[in-house]
Amino acid sequence: MPTYKAPLDDMRFVLHDVLDVAQLSALPGYEEATPDLIDAILEEAGRFCAEVLQPLNQPGDAAGCTYEQGEVKAPPGFKEAYQQYCAGGWPALTADPKYGGQGMPHLMRSVVEEMMCASNLSFAMYPGLAHGAYHAMHTHGTEELKDKLLPKLVSGQWGGTMCLTEPHAGTDLGIITTKAVPAGDGAYRLTGTKIFISAGEHDLTENIIHLVLAKLPDAPGGTRGISMFMVPKFLPTDEGRPGTRNGVTCGSIEHKMGIKGNATCVLNFDNATGWMVGDANKGMRAMFTMMNGARLGVGLQGLGLGEVAYQNAVAYARERLQGRSLTGAKNPGGPADPIIEHPAVRQGLLRVKALNEGNRAFAYWIGMHIDLEHRHPDPARRAESADLVALMTPVIKAFLTDTGFESTNIALQTFGGHGYVREYGMEQFVRDARIAPIYEGTNAVQAMDLVGRKLPEGMGRLLRRFFHPVSAEVEASRADPALAEFVEPLAKAFERLQQATQGVAMRSMANPDEAGAAAEDYLHLLGYVTLGYMWLRMVKAARARLAAGADDRAAFYEAKVATGRFYFAKVLPQVHALAARIAAGATTVMSVPVDAF
Amino acid sequence: MKIAVCIKRVPDMDVRFKIAASGTAVDEAGLKYDMSDFDGYAAEAALQVNEKGGGGEVTALCLGPDAVQETLRKALSMGIDKAVHLKCDAVPFDGWAIAQALAAQLGGGGYDLILFGRMSIDSSNQSVGPMVAELLGLPCVTAASRLDVSGGTGKAQRELEGASETVEFPLPAVVSIDEGVARPRYPSLKGIMAAKKKPLEVKPAQLGAVTVTVTTMELPPERNAGRIIGEGPDMVPELVRLLQTEAKVL
Repeated sequence: MPTYKAPLDDMRFVLHDVLDVAQLSALPGYEEATPDLIDAILEEAGRFCAEVLQPLNQPGDAAGCTYEQGEVKAPPGFKEAYQQYCAGGWPALTADPKYGGQGMPHLMRSVVEEMMCASNLSFAMYPGLAHGAYHAMHTHGTEELKDKLLPKLVSGQWGGTMCLTEPHAGTDLGIITTKAVPAGDGAYRLTGTKIFISAGEHDLTENIIHLVLAKLPDAPGGTRGISMFMVPKFLPTDEGRPGTRNGVTCGSIEHKMGIKGNATCVLNFDNATGWMVGDANKGMRAMFTMMNGARLGVGLQGLGLGEVAYQNAVAYARERLQGRSLTGAKNPGGPADPIIEHPAVRQGLLRVKALNEGNRAFAYWIGMHIDLEHRHPDPARRAESADLVALMTPVIKAFLTDTGFESTNIALQTFGGHGYVREYGMEQFVRDARIAPIYEGTNAVQAMDLVGRKLPEGMGRLLRRFFHPVSAEVEASRADPALAEFVEPLAKAFERLQQATQGVAMRSMANPDEAGAAAEDYLHLLGYVTLGYMWLRMVKAARARLAAGADDRAAFYEAKVATGRFYFAKVLPQVHALAARIAAGATTVMSVPVDAF
Repeated sequence: MKIAVCIKRVPDMDVRFKIAASGTAVDEAGLKYDMSDFDGYAAEAALQVNEKGGGGEVTALCLGPDAVQETLRKALSMGIDKAVHLKCDAVPFDGWAIAQALAAQLGGGGYDLILFGRMSIDSSNQSVGPMVAELLGLPCVTAASRLDVSGGTGKAQRELEGASETVEFPLPAVVSIDEGVARPRYPSLKGIMAAKKKPLEVKPAQLGAVTVTVTTMELPPERNAGRIIGEGPDMVPELVRLLQTEAKVL
């Protein structure tokens, strides 16, 4: 049975030593979010995840969800755990106090989300989707709808979903056919079929709020003719209780490779009553509020699974005795040495560790900018943070899920044949992690969003929000010769990124396929450079702590510096291959005739 | 009812301990700390007694350096109303010295019930609770796995080897709590946030004279790795033979 412990030491290091999370408590509305309270919340969240959610992960995968005549049951134990989750008040963590929320910074949610995804991704998705629905309704809903529904979502009594995909319309939402017809009383009647709806039907909550994309009868074609509707499973009574069953039913659930404990539903809307959220034909904008949040959340899924896989792989590698170390026995009393002594095993584990810790710092850094974007008193600082969040949303989604999947795979490999059998739970991490590069917009779509939309925006303004702090960090760090082994590789990688940016921008003006062919490599290049930037900051923070005499925690900070050294020497050099691939352009990709495949 | 719960901050047991250079204590570098397990049960029992009995006040007490305030906050986040930190530089090994400090604070406090965990999971002495009862002249019940209170009388169930017994006692009383009462609740988010604002009083601990000290501490000898001799019923005779001749445990 795999185990999980929230990596609180590393989380605290990133929050306090690297990001100086104390600055959040200076923002209006966040006065209570002091470092000691943040630590106390994280500790208890970590305990809940490890003791309540994680033990249900493997059994939930084995049992899966069950479907019977339109009713779906989550795996055994999920309902009780969900009740505990709600009784603990966790759905309210970052929600608006006006609707019963605790109003903590968004960043806290990122950290808790990582823990939940690491301990039980299938479970985490149920409240995760509900939070997405909360967020979209909170931003775009009418006051009347908000007063009625938000307290239910904040308490966790009701669940939520996002209904976008249709059988013929996945990435291309412009061609959806679900119709919404005005009912005359301010409501609408929706008819159509949605597929791949996570948490679309289940027995954890008494009601479910579906946010559905549909077209009004007179809507223009394409994405400019899409509106968003709130369609409850049960129509709420005036007292706010679930009333009459609405015309939305679950036709079936998918049988999937992973996340088997989360119900992926076909939802049939048959004259279902719904209310518009946001403006007519502006549904994509409302849905993007939800999707941007969800994309950051999916990134954290990759990180969480990478972390839990790592923890178990390290424990195994310390104990599994096999072969002798190449440089002589390290465990002479035993029949063989622990496999962690072997360079290949170490290299894999260090790669995962360096990626996990870098990804964590990256995700929390952007999580903090979401708070700054919304709460900083200075409009210029808000705009700056908003740009950075917009730029990095596709990178977090794609880079953290690609590397998260890679990490679960490396962790499985550490177990040899035992990784391939179910009992050890490693193959579940790989299967569960495999969805993350696909849903919420495939990683190729994220890369196109980055290269096609985010880079050109404001003549490169978004990217400059990232380039400036990196340049400043590199320049400031060069003053300390002891940092050269970290700074110089970053400076070189940063230069590659700048060259690649220029190259892609110029070539794609003449030929848009150039942008398409470079997009994923470019996203990865930006991801590795960002992690380099985060690693430089982490190394500096750890060295500062060691210099200040961090006696009882010295081992942690020393490991941090050593892992940073590995990142710059063994992980970051990937940027040079990526830069070469980007420079090679689109011709070799696009000149091959379709018949040649 | 007015209830006091005495808790101890102990290292997380899920680590490989090392002996400090002094040879008389564990090396504290890198250790994580939390409320002693049985004290969590005691805190839960206190909260439940008042929930069933229709209200009251629960005070948590902890003796030690400033770091114990974190453990007291945790108790507060579970729903305990207020906390007292009896401050001293280090927690002595001598339970008698500790019991005197606790009794000095608890005596005259008007508590109907004073609860302890059955024992602390680090030093396992099981002594401080009964000593406090003795100092305060109160009835004492140890290792209660069930606790009910009504009308000035307490009733506790104790687990014995293969049996259990129920005892009755007048309040006020000192009871040490075993697991089985109910799992300690997870602090709710609201509880954690409220804990910050609850009163936490700091007082110097009036420790008694320390007469018992640790002279040496050593780790158990390393055990040899386990061996799997095979699978299935056919292997049983061989297993029994090895247990008799090699391990010499049968």
